[in-house]
Amino acid sequence: MRDMKFSRRDVLKSSVAAAAFTTFASPIRAAAPEPTAITPALIAAARKEGKVVYYTSVDLPLAEKIARSFETKYPSITVRVERTGAERVFQRIGQEYASRINAVDVVNSSDAAHFVVWKRDGLLVPYVPEDVAKHYPTEHKDADGQFASFRVWLSVIAYNSSLVKAEDAPKSFADLLDPKWAGKMVKAHPGYSGTIMTATYQMSRDLGWPYFEKLARQRIMQVQSSADPPKKLALGERAVMVDGNEYNIFQLKESGQPVEPVYASEGSPLIIGPNGVFKNAPNPNAARLFQSYCFTPECQQLIIDTGGLRSVHPQTKEKAGRKAFKDIKTMKDNAAEVEKHGDDIKARYTQLFKV
Amino acid sequence: MTAVETTALSPGARTSGGGFDITRPIFYGFAALLCVLIVLPVSWLLYYSVVDRTGAFTLGNFGKLFSDPAFLDPLLTTFILSFSTGLICCVVAAPMGWLVARTNMPGGMLVRYLVTASFVTPPFLGAIAWELLAAPNSGLLNKFYRVVTNAPPDEHLFNIYSFTGLIFVIACYTFPYVFVLVANALDRIPGDLEDASSILGGRTWDTARKVTVPLVLPALLAGALVAFLQAMTLFGSPAILALPAGFHTMTTKIWSLFQYPPKPELAAAAALPLLVLTVILLRAEHMILGRRGYAVLGGKSGEPRLIKLGRWRWPALALCFAVLLNPIILPYGALLNAAVSPVASQPVTFATMTLHNIEWVFFELSTTRLAVWNTVILGVSTATIGTVLAVVIAYLTTRKAVRGYRILAFLATTPVAIPGIVLGVGLFLTYTQPPFVLYGTLWILLIAFVTISLPAAYQQLQSAVRAVHPEFEDASRILGATRLRALWQITAPLLRTSVIATWCFIFVGTIRELSAAIMLFTSETKVISVLIFDLNESGDLAAISVLGIMMLVITFAVVIAVNRIPGFGGMRLRNS
Repeated sequence: MRDMKFSRRDVLKSSVAAAAFTTFASPIRAAAPEPTAITPALIAAARKEGKVVYYTSVDLPLAEKIARSFETKYPSITVRVERTGAERVFQRIGQEYASRINAVDVVNSSDAAHFVVWKRDGLLVPYVPEDVAKHYPTEHKDADGQFASFRVWLSVIAYNSSLVKAEDAPKSFADLLDPKWAGKMVKAHPGYSGTIMTATYQMSRDLGWPYFEKLARQRIMQVQSSADPPKKLALGERAVMVDGNEYNIFQLKESGQPVEPVYASEGSPLIIGPNGVFKNAPNPNAARLFQSYCFTPECQQLIIDTGGLRSVHPQTKEKAGRKAFKDIKTMKDNAAEVEKHGDDIKARYTQLFKV
Repeated sequence: MTAVETTALSPGARTSGGGFDITRPIFYGFAALLCVLIVLPVSWLLYYSVVDRTGAFTLGNFGKLFSDPAFLDPLLTTFILSFSTGLICCVVAAPMGWLVARTNMPGGMLVRYLVTASFVTPPFLGAIAWELLAAPNSGLLNKFYRVVTNAPPDEHLFNIYSFTGLIFVIACYTFPYVFVLVANALDRIPGDLEDASSILGGRTWDTARKVTVPLVLPALLAGALVAFLQAMTLFGSPAILALPAGFHTMTTKIWSLFQYPPKPELAAAAALPLLVLTVILLRAEHMILGRRGYAVLGGKSGEPRLIKLGRWRWPALALCFAVLLNPIILPYGALLNAAVSPVASQPVTFATMTLHNIEWVFFELSTTRLAVWNTVILGVSTATIGTVLAVVIAYLTTRKAVRGYRILAFLATTPVAIPGIVLGVGLFLTYTQPPFVLYGTLWILLIAFVTISLPAAYQQLQSAVRAVHPEFEDASRILGATRLRALWQITAPLLRTSVIATWCFIFVGTIRELSAAIMLFTSETKVISVLIFDLNESGDLAAISVLGIMMLVITFAVVIAVNRIPGFGGMRLRNS
């Protein structure tokens, strides 16, 4: 009941806070601010707030692991993970902001195009963690310091190795059109998943829409999240996945499940998942501390080792047994183009796949 | 002394009743409240359906709705789905109702309990359990089939991701509506009508065919309509089973129109056919059941005669259990298995059993606490507010305490015609913009849940109030009590059982609500049903099983509490 009683006042309060913030915020087109180190003062201020709300599209168990590792490092600050598909995260934030609800502190999206929009709308705060300033390559950080690549991974083809022999497995996207795979494939949805949105853009650009027209005739099992096709493979529900997270495949494979990734000969769609802090974050200091933590070698190594993700932090090491990132042929990412064509891609996809 | 005062103070005591009669302000207050609850969202819905993006009047939304195959297909699908569900429910539930109510089949009470259990099982949870059971390759039943028949890995017995699969699962959790209506009707048929048939020389089966069946037909027809409505307005099961199979129903289509980029005007237009159809069907149901009293004309009658099944007694029971395998026994088994199994759809053994999933849900998943907390708060406040509203309205209308009581009765029953998802769209459009911005608070969910539960609560309490003869209150008031005091001292204690039962009924209905909640939640106002739906989209079946079982435990604790209250046998379903 208490939540309900205070909610309106909270809205009011946060909009006052928002007004205060914007007064001091730098103009949108300013260059990146000075990098911020994790100082005792920042930790103390974050402690006072006591919590941080993290909207993310990363697979839930991994998101909770990141949250727990932060809580262990900074006790008495709790992280609440709000996890759904990137396209839903985007819609949710848009809807919440339209209703003047400032609930999100830090966001991570698997659709980098979202950051183009949030930046354009002036929703993000320029904030550069020390690690980002010192170590991150230029192409993986925003010139104005509003976001940086928290995670990098691929959307891959994969198969269940107890249902499909390695020599029979598909090697390319073209192979998936073989009638022998009809009714045996699972695929995620670009209307839900940012990974699949990005992948669909790259594939439609490189392979053309006619490819999807043919694929749609293969009686695909359509799921939502890009984390789900790997899980459906592991259950043995389908033999092959058209798209889905490479990192879930790594996790499952390393826990002994019979799944195997395939790096398509046409190239695998490359996915970048940036992190950013919201200007109207209800817990601005905890948000900054969490953002800084996310880019430390410690957290980056965690998302590699237990998460199966890739990192662009040069102090991290790839895990043995996984194909090295530099040896993989990837498609080229282009967030600006995804932003421009996103709605069109969703509409065409729905038309072809009926859902 | 007091009596004299009362009369002296209020010359119009006959109509306004009592020295300080607050019934009139209560009446206006409640009427206004109900108007806000119902009229506001429906008006916004209508408004949005006839404007375009710029706010100019247009019929284009409906034009698109009835010309674009992306809308026509779901409309047709929904129609076939609802019709088949209605039919199947009747075919399954009518014989069961008859066996339980009119024959000497053993275990009748147990069958009734299990049907109640399928009624209170959230349909979306049932749908997920059936994914575990009958997904074509990983489903437990299909695995079992392959082991037994040595069939190749691709072959399957069931495919739950199909149109027939969807119809099956929806029927599983809809047939209780028909069962209860039919069984109630059969319970009420007086034995002497059947005796008359026997005395005139009719054999057992002649009597059944010529007397019993015609008497129960209206209830069966009404049941079919309710089942049709349920299937038409359900959101969870189609979202879980139809989308992987590559088709939409109207509810999932409406919901998808709210995904990015949202098209509220199309969603509003798509919601209206559901609303109109529901109103029409409820009118039809009312016409059919309007005369339901005729079977008991003739005063006191004998106990219904039980038909002796002889050696068919046990096969009949076996048949009932075979039916109940589908909504209860198999799905609950699958959920329990998934909750403690390392891989959701692998049969667990003592060696592989794990508590990891339970631990994860309760100690790792950071939304669990919030969602459980929100759900309990909403369940308790919806049940409390809903019961108070319903009891006051039922009293005012049954006692005809104020002029215009019919308006109140009408307003209290109207939400029955608004499907959850339609109400969700309406409330979303209403409360995301000034003057009332409630989106993002629990209030908007509270409004939705109260509105949804009001009709059933009102109907239950109305019959309870009716059963308390006004002469008790009259006696109290002749002895000098005001209307309120009479209410408090006489009527309230007599109604206590029904009020508690209604409270529990609303509580259970609220914690399983998904179709309105899915349109209205925000990250801070998530409830368990939405959390389960979220987890399903990312394929975390084990976590769902744990949360689902927790939800069932809460539900059954409440249901059992209700059943222990004397004079109340089992949950009553909406029954008008």
